[in-house]
Amino acid sequence: MRYTQFTDDQVSQMLSTIGVDSIDALLSTIPEQLRFKERLDIPAGLSELELLRDVGTLAARNRNCNDLVCFLGCGAYDHFIPAVVDEMAGQSEFLTAYTPYQAEASQGVLQLFYEFQTMICMLTGMEVANASLYEAASAAAEAVIMAAAATRRTQAIVAQSAHPDTRRVLETYCRAREIEIVPVAAPNGVVDQQALREALSDKAAAVVVQSPNFFGCVERLDEIVPAIHQHGALAIVATDPIAGGLLKTPGEFDVDIVVGEGQALGVPLQYGGPYLGLMAGREKFLRKMPGRVVGATTDADGRRAFCLALQTREQHIKRERATSNICTNQGLLAARAAVYMAAMGRSGIGQVASRCFDKAHYAAAEIAKLDGYELRFDAPFFKEFVIRTTRGVRAALGSCRERGILGGVSLVRFDDQLGDCFSVAVTEKRTKAEIDNLIVALDAA
Amino acid sequence: MNEVPKTRRTDHPLLFETGAPGLCAASLPPSDVPAPKRDEFLPTQLIADKLPPLPETGELDVVRHYKRLAHRCFSVDGNFYPLGSCTMKYNPRVNECAAAMPGFCNLHPYQDEADVQGILELLYRLRCDLAEIAGLAEVTLQPAAGAHGEMTGLMIINAYHRSRGESRSKVLAPDSAHGTNPASCATCGQHTCTVRSKPDGRVDLDDLRSQVDQNTAAMMITNPNTVGVFDEQIAEIADILHSKGAQLYFDGANMNAILGITRPGDFGVDVMHFNTHKTFSTPHGGGGPGAGPVAVAQHLREFLPVPQLTQRDDGTFTWDNGHPNSIGKVRSFYGQIGVLVRAYAYIRSVGGDGLRDVAEKATLAANYVAARLKDRYTMPFKPPYAHEFIMVPEFPDSDVSELDIAKRLIDHGIHPPTMSWPVHHCLMVEPTETESLDTLNQFVTAMLDIADEIESDPEVVKTAPHTAPVKRLDEVVASRKPNVRWRGQ
Repeated sequence: MRYTQFTDDQVSQMLSTIGVDSIDALLSTIPEQLRFKERLDIPAGLSELELLRDVGTLAARNRNCNDLVCFLGCGAYDHFIPAVVDEMAGQSEFLTAYTPYQAEASQGVLQLFYEFQTMICMLTGMEVANASLYEAASAAAEAVIMAAAATRRTQAIVAQSAHPDTRRVLETYCRAREIEIVPVAAPNGVVDQQALREALSDKAAAVVVQSPNFFGCVERLDEIVPAIHQHGALAIVATDPIAGGLLKTPGEFDVDIVVGEGQALGVPLQYGGPYLGLMAGREKFLRKMPGRVVGATTDADGRRAFCLALQTREQHIKRERATSNICTNQGLLAARAAVYMAAMGRSGIGQVASRCFDKAHYAAAEIAKLDGYELRFDAPFFKEFVIRTTRGVRAALGSCRERGILGGVSLVRFDDQLGDCFSVAVTEKRTKAEIDNLIVALDAA
Repeated sequence: MNEVPKTRRTDHPLLFETGAPGLCAASLPPSDVPAPKRDEFLPTQLIADKLPPLPETGELDVVRHYKRLAHRCFSVDGNFYPLGSCTMKYNPRVNECAAAMPGFCNLHPYQDEADVQGILELLYRLRCDLAEIAGLAEVTLQPAAGAHGEMTGLMIINAYHRSRGESRSKVLAPDSAHGTNPASCATCGQHTCTVRSKPDGRVDLDDLRSQVDQNTAAMMITNPNTVGVFDEQIAEIADILHSKGAQLYFDGANMNAILGITRPGDFGVDVMHFNTHKTFSTPHGGGGPGAGPVAVAQHLREFLPVPQLTQRDDGTFTWDNGHPNSIGKVRSFYGQIGVLVRAYAYIRSVGGDGLRDVAEKATLAANYVAARLKDRYTMPFKPPYAHEFIMVPEFPDSDVSELDIAKRLIDHGIHPPTMSWPVHHCLMVEPTETESLDTLNQFVTAMLDIADEIESDPEVVKTAPHTAPVKRLDEVVASRKPNVRWRGQ
């Protein structure tokens, strides 16, 4: 399939307008000795029908979460996505537009991002938000860099209850920036507050805490944040925006910067990406934020209009003094999240959060009744929890898999000490019957 | 009681200005499990005492809201979009069908590898295709966008230097480099030194030679460069860098011009990134998601991010974390998979020969438009051009600027070209290969009409746009007094 649409006659006509006799003449600036003389070792082009067969065959070799019952979480969740999300965010005007640098030709997407920023503020309790970053882990890294710039300090304290990918990406970014990372253990499923207090000093630019954290547990932000502020460090909280429908927002605890994974807001699982990096913060950090920010202004007639604001923070203006190198963000995923939040609205988001909480607690209680299974941590949790089993994680999850259930994420890949543990996430999509089947499967292991 | 309308009739209200308390556009089934007491399972200090103030709107009004917003956007599907450096080519619909297949779309990143061999094979094939196009040894699919790829590539280069016991803090870039290049260097804790370009747009080799030293980690270069010129000295540039142990980083933003014609790996490039949303037709989505796969030469393989996708002897695929010299991870999970599925679909649709045809037709289109406009607009660089070209409006006795022309194009239903960069007052035009001759001619006609208008009725150009939903904006106040969220009345 070719997507070019010049006929041979038109090509001749265009060449003659240019005043050359072949396309090759237009390539004359590429020296002969640099030319690739062979054919690319890539198969010949496929028609649309052939292509759909090719990718269809590959897709069919995956067992997907429509056909299986998914209790997997750890940063990616099988939430319900209302039909309006695909329909409205998928409109080709949003799909095939570029970054809205030309405001007059982009009012629709600019207003959409402005509303997105507002709704992210509402869910996080923060004063300002940007128009998205790549995903949760790099958003956390950007937040640490921002905190280091704001405080002129070069140390980041990171709770080990944060997602392992977040911690690893932080290591990669911070190594390059010469920011020292000090890990704080979370032996009981939440950050060890005593250890955190001992680690804190006036060297710390920020403390990164995730809540609900990687284990699903809710951190005591009411106790942690004041301790962080005592040392002049910034509190960076990675959060699940769905939790805003049930738990107090980070903003209510005086958190400085909120980051998070927005995948739960209407973004399909897609084997881990593209997802939606969230960043919100207190207003005083707005000019230090990375990424695009949309602002309201007026046009020449004095009417409300929207444009990219504070572009002087960004790489195309500030170059090496920019707040970040980010250019392309996750606009289309922000559009999905915006439609999701608009459709769910105030009561819908509360219902989603409550159903997750209720069903997760039902599942956890039922699993804990089985011989050989127990909750690994006592800390309160939101929509996922960690189970320790004496029956062998592989056997337990294998028994689920045989029954078409993705029963949980084995945690041994993240931490050897959790070799007998797996994590179970329960969203509003799961029914009581499905949870009961999970119990049967686990009991059969 | 009816409230007083909060905005003028002609404005499109914000979501927050519509709806009514109690409305909701989504429905969930009633709960089928016993509801645990919240305060038995959560400390009361952490339980919200009210719901977040999200909008409350019925489903039809949510649909209309986003439909109306969509009407207020230019897009490739609706408009010619010759935005230089961005390669706004057609986004084939079949790519969307591929990405939406449940077998790709509904996979959890922590599923058993045995259950996801299909997607792993697709990614492996894509990796091989990209390595072939680059002429380089291996590819990581992890970076989320072009700038993220730049950062990843620089980290790989720095890891390489460190492995040789060296620490090199300087990165060179031509004055025409994308802003992301120096910004990515800063992300890696490095500083950028600018290499001069000659008047013909090529790198000044003397300046380059004088700046490359033992502290130079790399040079970042885009070729064809941002003024639309292929720098034929590229192999020599590579030699100059390599002679001092520095690496050549290739910014793949303009790959559309050279697909299948020449390969970066064959002219001395050590690391490059692709922008799948430019070269391989994945949609720009109002500013993302993109994907920025990075290709490296043999000597840099060991530094690639983990996990790296590999094929086992039995033919199955697996994520391999066992690379002790890896730079680590640069994002969560494995990459922008849904975007990469689209890129794969595009490459396999177009095929090996088709990719070269893409580059040739993109070049033809740019040179054709330039030839038609050269009598009315100044072309600072000599043809032939690559896939894009720079032109400067210069009209005697007129103060009409490139910005005015850009805004006037909106009235013609054409998205403005990139403005004012990398040459002062310029317009950077990249038509792409997917446009028809009719569309190119309409653009030419619009540009010629505007040139006439500048001479006959400049006010109409200087006050454009006239047909957009809004007039020209006060962008200064948006930055001076930022209002980045709705706060109610």
